[in-house]
Amino acid sequence: MSAPDAVGNEIAIQAQELNVYYGSFRAIKDVSLAIKRHQITAIIGPSGCGKSTLLRALNRMNELVPTARASGQVVFLGQNIYDRDIDPVELRRRIGMVFQKPNPFPKSIFENVAWGARINGFRGDMDALVEQSLRRAALWDEVKDKLHQSGLSLSGGQQQRLCIARAIAVRPEIILMDEPASALDPIATLRIEELMQHLKENYTIVIVTHNMQQAARASDWTAVMMMDEDRAGQMIEFGETQQLFMTPRDRRTEDYITGRIG
Amino acid sequence: MPRETLDRKLRQLQDDVLILGSMVQQAIKAAVAALQARDLAAARRIIEGDMEINRRRFQLERDCLICLATQSPMAGDVRVVAAVLEISTDLERMGDYAKGISRVSLMLGPKPLFRPLPEIEQMADKGCELLRRALDAFVQRDVAAAREIPSEDDQVDALYNLVYRQLLDAIIADPTVMDEATNLLWVAHDLERFSDRVTNICERTVFTVTGEMRELDVDDQDQPSPERTSKDS
Repeated sequence: MSAPDAVGNEIAIQAQELNVYYGSFRAIKDVSLAIKRHQITAIIGPSGCGKSTLLRALNRMNELVPTARASGQVVFLGQNIYDRDIDPVELRRRIGMVFQKPNPFPKSIFENVAWGARINGFRGDMDALVEQSLRRAALWDEVKDKLHQSGLSLSGGQQQRLCIARAIAVRPEIILMDEPASALDPIATLRIEELMQHLKENYTIVIVTHNMQQAARASDWTAVMMMDEDRAGQMIEFGETQQLFMTPRDRRTEDYITGRIG
Repeated sequence: MPRETLDRKLRQLQDDVLILGSMVQQAIKAAVAALQARDLAAARRIIEGDMEINRRRFQLERDCLICLATQSPMAGDVRVVAAVLEISTDLERMGDYAKGISRVSLMLGPKPLFRPLPEIEQMADKGCELLRRALDAFVQRDVAAAREIPSEDDQVDALYNLVYRQLLDAIIADPTVMDEATNLLWVAHDLERFSDRVTNICERTVFTVTGEMRELDVDDQDQPSPERTSKDS
């Protein structure tokens, strides 16, 4: 793992002077952010401020947009993930992503979880891997008797946990979550938030959320993004979640989290 | 902006703090006036009136909790609500001092005090002035004033020490006044504590504005020790 930061937290991944462009438009401007290992970091900010772009830049998911390019660095395990010799597919195995809308494959629950591992050449006990992943995603008890039913037969909240199990099954180090609960009801949302608290024992989590209460409830660290006058997203504040929601340092953070702007 | 409801509720909470504060000031002044005038009927009215202070304090606490539960205030807003909760507790206890003083009045009975104690009235006046200014500083978010006000508590402490010495001397000179003097010591003690609680309110104002949570009056540990200060002087 990478070296600890000044206060002793190990850094899982670190953006340094990161800029992301779509064509000539700069969506992210000079973001430097150290994500702490085995902690939950929330990225919040008004719509269009570049939260999701920043998240996607952490596993080169933004490259799937043809005009996108990045400058600066994202350091993971001592190497810039944008270096030429980095294999983006392997990178995305180690830094997985869970999306806003649950997107299980139209296959069985078992196959949904086993799929990624199989592609990655997993040769071990697949039953055990599927069970462990479903357990870690807090879904096992609900699906253990119907592993061969379609993943699409599950409720929205269960589908999202299935997607988390699928992300876990390839043994990532970091899980990126892009509004993972915004399509879910409050109970299912709470289950995802509780699940995140268990997951952080084994994984580093970065979550983008529109829901300020969710960031306040569920994360250890919070980064606040905001657009500058050129509509480029900048990080205006980063700090421990409880400090940031109680006594934010930046006036704009205060205005945003208290509903005065945004 | 969608803040109208929250802003209105926060304003209401602060208005209610001001109302509670003014009821407490009236109570403490009336309690001291009744003590000086040996007006037992007034003392009884103040004791009954404390129930209304307590009722309003509980209502204010409920309103704060409802605001937390339904509005999810953040940052500066949640600090305001937390401060109102704390201040309302202090005000309720300050109201209890008025009740305590009135109980002493009843215990002393209708005969005149064995000696006039103008310092007690001065303590009540100064305490009420500090309370009024502290609550103004809170609603105005005036951190400079909030940091300044606790230093004036020394004036109340000095009056307390003076009363303490006078009453102790009186007891030594004439032990038959022991009971009455001891009761009056409690009155002075209550008034001294009254002003101490003003410092708590000022601390909440600093917290509301800056997020800083620390004591403003660190020299003054728990309460002044008359023995120590009398030796010093």
